[in-house]
Amino acid sequence: MSTNTIAVMGRSQGMVREARHLLFTVAPGALWIVIFLVLPSLYLMAVAFMTNGPYGLPQMPLSLNSFKQLAGVGFLGWSPGNLYTLLRSLWQTLVATGLVVLVAYPLAYYITTCRAKWRPIMLLLVVVPSWTNQVIRTFGWMNLLAPGTPLSNAAEVLGFISPNMGLYPSNFAVTLGLVYNFLPFMVLPLYAAFEKLDTAQVEAAQDLYAKPTRAFWHAVFPQTLPGLLAGIVLVAIPAFGMYVIPELLGGGKAMMLGNLVATQFSGGSNWPLGAAGAILMLIATFIGLFAMRRIGKRLGGGEEVVI
Amino acid sequence: MTDLTNAVNTTERLDREETRVAAADAAARGKRGASSIRMQGLRKQFGRDAIALAGVDLDIHAGEFFTLLGPSGCGKTTLLRILAGLEEADDGQLTIGGKDVIDTPPHQRSVNTVFQSYALFPHLSVRENLAFGLKMRGVAAKAREAKVAEIARFIQLGDLVDRRIDQLSGGQRQRIALARALVCEPDVLLLDEPLSALDAGLRSQLQVELLRVQKRLGMTFVFVTHDQDEAMVMSDRIAVLDDGHIQQVGPPQEVYERPVNAFVARFMGHGNLYRIHRRDGSRLSTEIGTLQMDGDSQGELVLMRPETLDLKPGHVEGPNHLPGTITERLYRGSHAEFRINIADTTLQATVNNRGRRLPNVGDEVTVVVAPEDLVTLSE
Repeated sequence: MSTNTIAVMGRSQGMVREARHLLFTVAPGALWIVIFLVLPSLYLMAVAFMTNGPYGLPQMPLSLNSFKQLAGVGFLGWSPGNLYTLLRSLWQTLVATGLVVLVAYPLAYYITTCRAKWRPIMLLLVVVPSWTNQVIRTFGWMNLLAPGTPLSNAAEVLGFISPNMGLYPSNFAVTLGLVYNFLPFMVLPLYAAFEKLDTAQVEAAQDLYAKPTRAFWHAVFPQTLPGLLAGIVLVAIPAFGMYVIPELLGGGKAMMLGNLVATQFSGGSNWPLGAAGAILMLIATFIGLFAMRRIGKRLGGGEEVVI
Repeated sequence: MTDLTNAVNTTERLDREETRVAAADAAARGKRGASSIRMQGLRKQFGRDAIALAGVDLDIHAGEFFTLLGPSGCGKTTLLRILAGLEEADDGQLTIGGKDVIDTPPHQRSVNTVFQSYALFPHLSVRENLAFGLKMRGVAAKAREAKVAEIARFIQLGDLVDRRIDQLSGGQRQRIALARALVCEPDVLLLDEPLSALDAGLRSQLQVELLRVQKRLGMTFVFVTHDQDEAMVMSDRIAVLDDGHIQQVGPPQEVYERPVNAFVARFMGHGNLYRIHRRDGSRLSTEIGTLQMDGDSQGELVLMRPETLDLKPGHVEGPNHLPGTITERLYRGSHAEFRINIADTTLQATVNNRGRRLPNVGDEVTVVVAPEDLVTLSE
């Protein structure tokens, strides 16, 4: 055998090994994603363009009916109900995310200023609630906010709500539930950002005549921006599609897009409309992500902020 | 015209007419950027028993290149941070340019710092970094631009101003950090080991550059380093610190050649230090042999710097002649270092390589020291 043949054999053996390596490392994950994400998504998209059948199941022919319905066009003419639901979802997401930031930002900073041995414990305290089932926690809030509870009575005495109304069910309860639920997802990335904060930059800003507030905006905030944007993505996307919290704490009065979609697949039984709602949700999410990237790039001085 | 413009013009003039150096420097020195500093009884303690500064009294003259030198943990950086206002002293007085600034926050002190890590803002361009201090001070955009352009020309980084910080090399970052502080025309410039992150070649180049900048601007520079060579090259005066105390203050030559104690002697370079057993006028009986001094002496130690020693082949009798055997030889091209065993103690000698035959390990030699090169000091 010539050395040439050996080299060729060696190479092909290497390729075989490479292929086997890929098969064992990448293939399972890829397969999982294709079967459980790509194919269902394609199916969902197909469903959205189908017609609603007698039992809510999709059937041929293809049509844009479900999108028209989503836009509010029904057999009784146009109604803004679905549009309201979309706007309410966006508004709830915006308010809840904003409040989460306001609570989490100082909290994350405070944890980094604690002694090293206390920090893991404090982070644990932030995270522990999320280890309980979300439904159970939400039921907990229902009990806390229902009419006749101390919190509701206090709100009544202070004039925030009408007599016997209770804080739950309401938009307020939904917002509160969202903020409570998503707090850990904002605290953790912010904590990571604060922990590696370069304090020399803050000192340099002060040394270069920046007052404390300006030192914060010029030297602290930009450094925490990647963590903040990551936190916003982690909070806003699931909040936008949230189902359990508005369902339970909103008492059907504060429906969000997630509830609208869920209803079409169960009670209301209109799969094509549900699928169209899901696609709308996806589009809104992508627009949001794109906007975040632009904001990140702009505030980060052209630096890529990875989300 | 601003001081900086003066300085830039001065720079250009200097390039043409070397003879005007002294006059231009003197002119620059008489202006802003040259404030004196007075420290009295400055104390600082971290935690219960980490004393960083144990009462420091120090006067730094206007327009001086002053270096705080010492090993890590000696308190030099703490002292610099107190000057910048980034650290609060527990006790003591501090005036800069005659003004009491002990309670003035950092953003109100006309003092700028070049940080060890440079602390440039990565989300801002070089230009925005340079303009930062001026912007915070409320300088109008037009004036800001002009000053940034000036300083960029002065530090010779004109083509870098539109880059991002992460596109710069270590040496370039160092220059930007210096320019960012200088452009504010502070009364005092503080430098916290600004060259320690650079490799040796670049470092010595920037040492010279920094020194020229200081001389041309006539600004008061307070420089912190743990490198005694760097301190000696650059400083008008050095303060050697150890354990939160100032050990000695003086020009480099004085600190090196006439150290006041064993710590300074050892820190400033290799010193052969020997205990004095007995003293008979200017005659010292030491652990390495009998030595004749010039004049009177104080203290219990005698110091011989390695480069002041002469080596003679063989054992020769005479005053201040110490016979010994070479135990180690390190050839360094321009010079050679010898370790010599004399009376069961070790002595280090440095001999310039002038083409003569250098002795080898095992050779018997006689070490000769001039009486005027002997220094006595206390522990």
